Amino acid sequence: MKLIIAIIKPDRLEAVKQELYKADVNLITVNEVLGHGRQMGVTEVYRGTKEMGNLLRKVRLEIAVNENFVEPTINAIIKGAQTGNIGDGKIFVLDLVECIRIRTEERGGVAIG
Amino acid sequence: MKRFKVLLIMLLFIGIAFAAFAQDTKTVEAPAAQAQSVAPVQVAQKIDTGDTAWILVSSALVLLMTPGLAFFYGGMVGRKNVLGVLMQSFTILCVISIQWVLFGYSLSFAPGNSFWGGLDWLGLKGVGFEPYKDYASTIPHQLFMVFQMMFAIITPALMIGSFIGRMKFSAFLIFMVLWATFVYDPICHWVWGVGGWLKELGALDFAGGTVVHINAGIAALMIAIFIGKRKGGEHKAILPHNLPFTILGTALLWFGWFGFNAGSSLGANELSVNAFVVTNTAAAAAGLTWALIDWIFHEKPTMLGTATGAVAGLVAITPAAGFVSALSAIIIGIFVSIFCYIAVSIIKPRFNYDDALDVFGVHCIGGVWGALATGLFASKSVNPAGADGLFFGNPKQFLIQIIATAVTLAYSFIVSFIIYKIIDVTIKVRVEEKEEIMGLDLTQHHENAYTIIE
Repeated sequence: MKLIIAIIKPDRLEAVKQELYKADVNLITVNEVLGHGRQMGVTEVYRGTKEMGNLLRKVRLEIAVNENFVEPTINAIIKGAQTGNIGDGKIFVLDLVECIRIRTEERGGVAIG
Repeated sequence: MKRFKVLLIMLLFIGIAFAAFAQDTKTVEAPAAQAQSVAPVQVAQKIDTGDTAWILVSSALVLLMTPGLAFFYGGMVGRKNVLGVLMQSFTILCVISIQWVLFGYSLSFAPGNSFWGGLDWLGLKGVGFEPYKDYASTIPHQLFMVFQMMFAIITPALMIGSFIGRMKFSAFLIFMVLWATFVYDPICHWVWGVGGWLKELGALDFAGGTVVHINAGIAALMIAIFIGKRKGGEHKAILPHNLPFTILGTALLWFGWFGFNAGSSLGANELSVNAFVVTNTAAAAAGLTWALIDWIFHEKPTMLGTATGAVAGLVAITPAAGFVSALSAIIIGIFVSIFCYIAVSIIKPRFNYDDALDVFGVHCIGGVWGALATGLFASKSVNPAGADGLFFGNPKQFLIQIIATAVTLAYSFIVSFIIYKIIDVTIKVRVEEKEEIMGLDLTQHHENAYTIIE
């Protein structure tokens, strides 16, 4: 079992979701987050006071999958989120120790899907 | 370089104001002295304090509609564009206020030719406190001027809803000044100005169905078609970010519309009471109708639908407010929601233009229905100075209303298109794709409406 975390541009979320559905991945958690990588955010000005290097809005996806779904999920996220510009985001893949479905108390791979 | 250009424009602006001021002081003193020596008592008698008080209040009510409209629209856009919408509305408020004083009022209302008013009242030269009989015989001329100013402000602001999230601020600013000057001012003169040719023809437009709503609605459609669709709407609709804002805006519009319509009688009299009653009645009937349509076709009545219906009802009753009875207002209100619903949910998807907040679907369609309905339901028993409509035995009035509507549609579309193209060729109207994705708040104004983390 793996936990896939992806940070993407907000306007790509809908495209990523569509790609995930095509890959038969239907369970995701979405968060709105702030952050910046190398491109150092944007300038804001409030009554003449400049705010440099502010954080940009990003969307963070969390998807727990069984081993055979790892590559399809990664590919789907790339397909939906890639524009070729700076700020397209990152995908992190983590080992997942345990997964429990609260309703049935099932554990492991069956609880994920 | 950019800073230099902006500075230059500002200096030009100040220059025009000073030039007008210099002219003003030279010429106005003489007639003012004359008036005093003739009969100061007579002048004082002409002005009715009740009328003056009501139109002062009405002017303030109509002014409030523009910020109200800003919130009406602002709630419906995504949160990356909300400040852009508010900023555009407030900018129009500032810019057209100045334009109107410098030359807009003169172009619209000075006794020029049948096309426009000419430059006789440039910088409010000769527009004093004495009533001007051809427009309003019981209130100061300057009060009539400032009341009309509020209409000139809200009309271009109506268009903001069609090009949400994709117009450059500099292009927006230039477009609005040129549009007010070459589209609003002439049409305003045709319908309301002394010698205006539609007025001479006998077209009825109590508070601005043709001048305000059809005019802005069709120009908004033109922009929506030629600026192109928004990015990011391919997979799903772009959702409203704050509907309570939209409802607050609707409430402010409804409230302000009493000044818009009941103030257009230019006095505190029976006519303004009639306008007040039918305005409220039509808005209520239309809001209710839209809610029912939602209920029938989409299972639940919606708040946004009810608010949209109410605004459509207010639009439709605008040209008719001084000529129809309360029962006619109910019929006008019911039908405007049906027509506008068809425009918004059937015609728009069919023709695939991105009129983001349905300026055409609500204001133009509602305005056309209102203008035509005036030709159907107008009655001399309501307003002896008006005319009878088709249903009261005068088919000619209906024909005149059709002519006024068609001419406004054609003129506004064509001239707006020419202005749009000139700006597009010189500085480009649309923002870069990257800016559109980040939103206008950050890219056009360097501000954010909301924080996620303090």
